[in-house]
Amino acid sequence: MASIADFANAPAPTYHMVRPPKTGLMDWLTTVDHKKIGILYGLSGLFYLLVGGLEALLFRIQLAVPDNDFLSGEQFNGLVTMHATTMVFLAVMPIIAAISNYFVPLMIGARDVAFPRMNAFSFWTFLFGSLLLNSSFLFGGAPNAGWFGYAPLTGSQYSGSGIDFWWTGLAMLAISSMVAGVNFIVTILNMRAPGMTLMRVPVLAWMILVIQFLLAFSFPPITVGLILLGFDRTFGTVFYQVSMGGDPQLWQHLFWLFGHPEVYVLILPSMGIVSEILPVFTRRPLFGHHAVIFSGIAIGFMGFGVWGHHMFTVGMGPIADAAFASTTAIVGIPTGVKIFNWLGTLWGGKITFPTAMLFAVSFIPMFTIGGLSGVMHSSPPIDLQQHNSYFVVAHFHYVLVGGALQGLFAGVYFYLPKITGKLLDETLGKIHFWVFLAGMNLTFFPQHFLGNHGMPRRIYTYPADAGWNLYNMLGTIGVVLMSLATLVMVYNVIVSWKKGKAAGNDPWDASTLEWMTTSPPPPHNFDFTPVVLSERPLWDHKRTPGFEIQMPEASESIHMPSYSWRPLMVASCILMIMVGLLTHLWPLCIVAALGIVAGVYLWVTEPA
Amino acid sequence: MSVHAQAIEEEGHGTGSLGVPNLKLAMWAFLGSECMFFGSLIGTYFFYHDHSLAGPLPKDVFSIGITSISTFLLLMSSLTMALGVDAMRRANAKRSRNFVWGTALLGLTFVGFQVFEFHHFVTTKGLTLATSLFGSSFYVMTGFHGAHVTVGVIWLSIVGWMIHRGHFGQEKAINVEVSGLYWHFVDIVWIVIFTFVYLLEFAK
Repeated sequence: MASIADFANAPAPTYHMVRPPKTGLMDWLTTVDHKKIGILYGLSGLFYLLVGGLEALLFRIQLAVPDNDFLSGEQFNGLVTMHATTMVFLAVMPIIAAISNYFVPLMIGARDVAFPRMNAFSFWTFLFGSLLLNSSFLFGGAPNAGWFGYAPLTGSQYSGSGIDFWWTGLAMLAISSMVAGVNFIVTILNMRAPGMTLMRVPVLAWMILVIQFLLAFSFPPITVGLILLGFDRTFGTVFYQVSMGGDPQLWQHLFWLFGHPEVYVLILPSMGIVSEILPVFTRRPLFGHHAVIFSGIAIGFMGFGVWGHHMFTVGMGPIADAAFASTTAIVGIPTGVKIFNWLGTLWGGKITFPTAMLFAVSFIPMFTIGGLSGVMHSSPPIDLQQHNSYFVVAHFHYVLVGGALQGLFAGVYFYLPKITGKLLDETLGKIHFWVFLAGMNLTFFPQHFLGNHGMPRRIYTYPADAGWNLYNMLGTIGVVLMSLATLVMVYNVIVSWKKGKAAGNDPWDASTLEWMTTSPPPPHNFDFTPVVLSERPLWDHKRTPGFEIQMPEASESIHMPSYSWRPLMVASCILMIMVGLLTHLWPLCIVAALGIVAGVYLWVTEPA
Repeated sequence: MSVHAQAIEEEGHGTGSLGVPNLKLAMWAFLGSECMFFGSLIGTYFFYHDHSLAGPLPKDVFSIGITSISTFLLLMSSLTMALGVDAMRRANAKRSRNFVWGTALLGLTFVGFQVFEFHHFVTTKGLTLATSLFGSSFYVMTGFHGAHVTVGVIWLSIVGWMIHRGHFGQEKAINVEVSGLYWHFVDIVWIVIFTFVYLLEFAK
């Protein structure tokens, strides 16, 4: 029987690069290696996950008891807005970007992404945008109009400079996501190893491909929405000025035309991770492999046709309401296909439960609870009752925490050993899992009842006799549990990175290409280019005679892309333009724009 | 060397799994994204253009004659662009450079017309960004189109310069072709804007 240890005997490849590599800090600032960029995304995402969690902890303390004055209403609004903005754009999306960056090229047997420097540019633009957004805490207060930033709340007459930081920061994140989307569409479609047909692309890489289309096509509407908002606030246009005939619905349409596909951006990668992990720990192939892929594509398509269900209460009229109600209900079908395929995978498997598997299995019921309450909202009469109540908060936190975040935690335990070369501690992992699961359900399950008992979202305090005291106290205790559990994970990651048990190339006896190379992989990923013969190349290599991955006779000469300062340069110029817009320093904008032209010229003429 | 090692080798110039060069696929994906961008801007214009509470209306400010000339120039620039790409495929660098620079010049003329148009609207027609919903949505939509043309002009000038310096031979014709894709797209957006924003105003 073939084993992956054989790969160690592959003829050693030779490199050539245009410039000798940098070391230390300079290396991290100029790197174009998808793995290092993945690590940068991952560390940023983890940092912001803690920031967003801290924000939640603060406003949950405020809500723990009635008539509390721990926070002012203004502070509460700022923290709620930044909690959501941070969790969506700065925590979950970067962690997804980390997994995409690190693992997509490995999964498809490529040496890097299609455009390594563009990849670095996406990261720096994201990082600068996130810093700009958060610097609002230091300069005049955080944005406080909610993460959805409804007009006219965001107008100059109702909100301060926080909104300027919000729109400029988000505009940078939109640029970053659009560029990354284009880059990964090309990478996954065009950089596959020989023999890796589209149907042999791993499910996680497929789900990442789907979300890249969502990123590339759903960010432009919010970019336009933000530009219009920026023009209103900066140049005196009247897009959202009701006194000039402006219609606040315009923002809502532009925002949710982005916002709903964004929901699928957050959840599809976790579905992909679960689809990778379940087969490994059941020792079975994924049940209905192709159905899982096609249902992911269907969810992506449908994502563009359902945004109106966020707006049933604004009065779009019965025809629009009916249309959005049916499209929303239809999304439940491909989602159900996935759920049953996961159950089918578990059925009759030889199941083991390491932490990664615990999170992956727990994803299924937790996500299903959120999914079912989502299907309830597809009905306008029910939605009208629940709109703006804690029921909705419960719904999307089951999807985003029980679903997206648990999926990503599963991914951390499953994939981090490939990055660090060390296994995470299983005992700490299980403590993390059980405490987090308890905390999550303690916080969000009672919120269904809170909503039905009439507690609206986004209120900073409530009277003692409303009957909401117990559930709010439980919610706060749950958030404390989730925070502790997350700290356990952070501790686990740090300790195991330093002195964990060595993982080896293939700790889980898995079936996809990323496990055939070393942990961590060398800069060129693979010593030789694998030729893929099946949907589970590594599994078949190890178990199916005739499907062994063949090593070449002679070594390849590998061209490695060289480091570059250009991505950082251009991203800094974009930051300068945004700062110029914020401060009304027009010369700065002009200088920065010229800097972009110069930077891009130097970029394209630089030998890579 | 394997297929995709080669694709990395030339960062964007190789032919990948789909049989399309990376650079071209990336441009198509980007243009798809741009469709959503201009779709949102044009959608905003249509949502708003007859909701204005005050100020000059589209019919009061548009001058079809002048805009027709600039539109014609922009359409012709797509022809010169196509000829430039074709010349590069046939390895006629000098001819390609001339057509590419010619395209940039036509684009620049279009931008000049737009600057004149904006200036005229502001000073004699009294339509500014802040006048009305029509003013806001018209200037932002056409302004972003003009900004795209300007980016294209800079891009094509540099492409022409690099052909002139001998950096792009026939094997790098893809660079010219991809700038051409962008240029045609910007042109098509203008066809939509000219037809639906300008001409339809007078069809009613």
